[in-house]
Amino acid sequence: MRHLLPLALLAGSTFSHPAFASTDADLQELRQQLNALKQQYEDRIQALETRVRLAEQQSQIAQQQTTQSAQQLNQLEQQINTTSTTRGNGFNPDISLTLQGAATSYKNDPAEYHLEGMPLGGEAGLPDEGIGLLETELTASANIDNLFFGQVTLGLHSHEGETELDLEEAFIDTLSLPGGVGLRFGRFFSEIGYLNSHHSHNWDFVDAPLVYRAFLGGQYRDDGLRASWLIPTDSLLLEVGAELMRGGQYPAGESEGAMSNIQHGFINLGGDLGQQHSWQIGLSHMQVDAHERVAGSDTHNHEHEEDADINAQFTGDSRIQAIDAVWKTDLSQGRQWILQGEYFLRDEKGEILFDESGEQALLSYNGRQTGWYLQSVFKFAPHWRTGIRYDRLNVKNQLFLSQADADENGTALDADEAIEESGYASSQHDPYRWSAMLDWTPTEFSRLRLQYNRDNSTEDTDHQLFLQYIMSFGAHGAHQY
Amino acid sequence: MLKRFSLLIMLCILATPVSAQLQLFACEPEWAALSQTLGGERVTVYSATHALQDPHHIQARPSLVSQLSRADLAVCTGAELEAGWMPLLQRRARNPGVQPDQPGYFAATDQVSLLEIPQQLDRAAGHVHAAGNPHIQLDPRRLEQVAVALSQRLQRLDPAGSPYYQARLNQFQQRWQNAIRDWEQKAIPLRGKRAIVHHRDWIYLLDWLGIELADTLEPKPGVPPTVKHLQGLSEQENISWIIHSPLNDKRPAQWLSERTGTAVVELPHTVTALPGTDDLFSWMDQIITLLTGHAK
Repeated sequence: MRHLLPLALLAGSTFSHPAFASTDADLQELRQQLNALKQQYEDRIQALETRVRLAEQQSQIAQQQTTQSAQQLNQLEQQINTTSTTRGNGFNPDISLTLQGAATSYKNDPAEYHLEGMPLGGEAGLPDEGIGLLETELTASANIDNLFFGQVTLGLHSHEGETELDLEEAFIDTLSLPGGVGLRFGRFFSEIGYLNSHHSHNWDFVDAPLVYRAFLGGQYRDDGLRASWLIPTDSLLLEVGAELMRGGQYPAGESEGAMSNIQHGFINLGGDLGQQHSWQIGLSHMQVDAHERVAGSDTHNHEHEEDADINAQFTGDSRIQAIDAVWKTDLSQGRQWILQGEYFLRDEKGEILFDESGEQALLSYNGRQTGWYLQSVFKFAPHWRTGIRYDRLNVKNQLFLSQADADENGTALDADEAIEESGYASSQHDPYRWSAMLDWTPTEFSRLRLQYNRDNSTEDTDHQLFLQYIMSFGAHGAHQY
Repeated sequence: MLKRFSLLIMLCILATPVSAQLQLFACEPEWAALSQTLGGERVTVYSATHALQDPHHIQARPSLVSQLSRADLAVCTGAELEAGWMPLLQRRARNPGVQPDQPGYFAATDQVSLLEIPQQLDRAAGHVHAAGNPHIQLDPRRLEQVAVALSQRLQRLDPAGSPYYQARLNQFQQRWQNAIRDWEQKAIPLRGKRAIVHHRDWIYLLDWLGIELADTLEPKPGVPPTVKHLQGLSEQENISWIIHSPLNDKRPAQWLSERTGTAVVELPHTVTALPGTDDLFSWMDQIITLLTGHAK
């Protein structure tokens, strides 16, 4: 640019001012000067071009060298990686701790909580009122060898001011049986229903559905053996299985050394619908041989709370049939919608030994009870979910006095009174409950939840409020369906 | 009657495993695409996730159990990207061949060196992976290393098809290397520029192209952007792009763009994430085109 300006001036002065007409010699000189300039420029441009070309070549060589050295570095790193994985503690199992606690508030006295016609067993009941821990779980799991996988869960609960240690799970899974067959043995959560095989910290609500309280003692786990078969299909999951359980606890009673008091068969069927939807349906049939099944120690007959000597033991057959279904829809940007429901039917036939302060009566009992819930959870943002649940139970029990022993005074128990106080008498009121929750999951390892229940388990409506935390650390949890 | 039924079952059992094809279970779409490219007609590929699912947050849903139970080879990213669901699937699927120590399980991150291997493991630092950043598919050089190892694995599992796989690998490598040269040439002007990204899944791409990672929209990996953090970012200068994937919430990037005037670029993080990215070549083409098109 700097050089072009005088040139332009020169040209301008040459042609636009004819008053200074130039001679041939002047013109010649100008031409020579112009040519010299042109030559100079061409030389410079050529020099620049060669420099650029050289630079390009050099940069290419440099790039090749860097990729080569990067590859060498990669190889070295890989060598380091492969040699440095042999650590002494490399075989430690996956260990995780789950901490749960809640602040709870009830309108009614939680100690008087009961379900009419279905005495609560196992750990069914309401969590303690006020601020407290719900459950602290320690889980360790690992492949034992190429054939077996093992998992142990220890649960710590607070119960009446004391900390109880409970071996919740201790089971072995086979890994390499042919033909899609798998065995699980030890202590584990039964596959009945949908929620039963999920740990409570993976539930969408603080508490179990009412039907789980009524039929499964909150959540049913036992010692036993499970065999299941994954049947090959094109794209569906079809799993058929059977469980033989010891039945030393609710919904059975005393095990009395029998091999298995509970037999359970199940079918799971599941699949996808398009890219967004997935579903699963489960069917269960559980046969329970109950011996002297008592209601749990947590619960008392509400009308005779001060009278702790009342005791009703069921001996007979109990049959539970269940169907569960889950539908999940993935929406864009991590949002998800889940619809889930379970329906249980229980038939019981046998005798109830009723005992009030040593006075005994034998009741003949024929019961038919149903229970179901339906819930919907909407994950409306990647870290936020809200949900609603409806529970309902129905009881039709037939009871009559078959035998009553007279006490030393010669007075026998009144039939109506025995039936009424056994806890098995049907009521006009069908227990139902509405629940709503909102939870926040900042990361995969922490969750805070607010839940409200309008609980009509009895005719006296209870308002229940929970603020719960679930935190886990250690190994990454599994995303169970 | 019973005899006839058992005969039927026998026939079913005999009829199913006759096909000579390898059944492949790919954890993410990019490995599905690579498997199909290298395996050609000798493989059928099932992709466990599609491009708009975040592979961190997949559930072990029934169809996945079913697919893995029939697979000869699972092709995954590894490095704990699938930590929430693959171990569970491997146990549930009852398929001895695809267990972690078996040739039927292939982890891409085992084949290459990883970036961002944390010095200290602490979950206060967000969702970090102990083995390093697992999102290697965005570096074509590493992807090629994975291709070589994957082809070897296919040849090991299906020796009869070895020449076929080798020929397909050679063909792929030749095309891919040419393409890399082309992309690198086009991306020379991008060198030294600075980018803000949503999640740290872009580091391998930036590392390859020589683009500087100025910051991330997420304050920590897996933690959603906060207004305070974004305000801090708006003071960053000389930023050429704000990069996010179709998986991410668009609003934080747009918020920042409105305040700084920096271009927002939505880049496909894997094949099929955006229209016109159906195979590995068109996918990487589009990334380079979008980056050079928005460079300032």
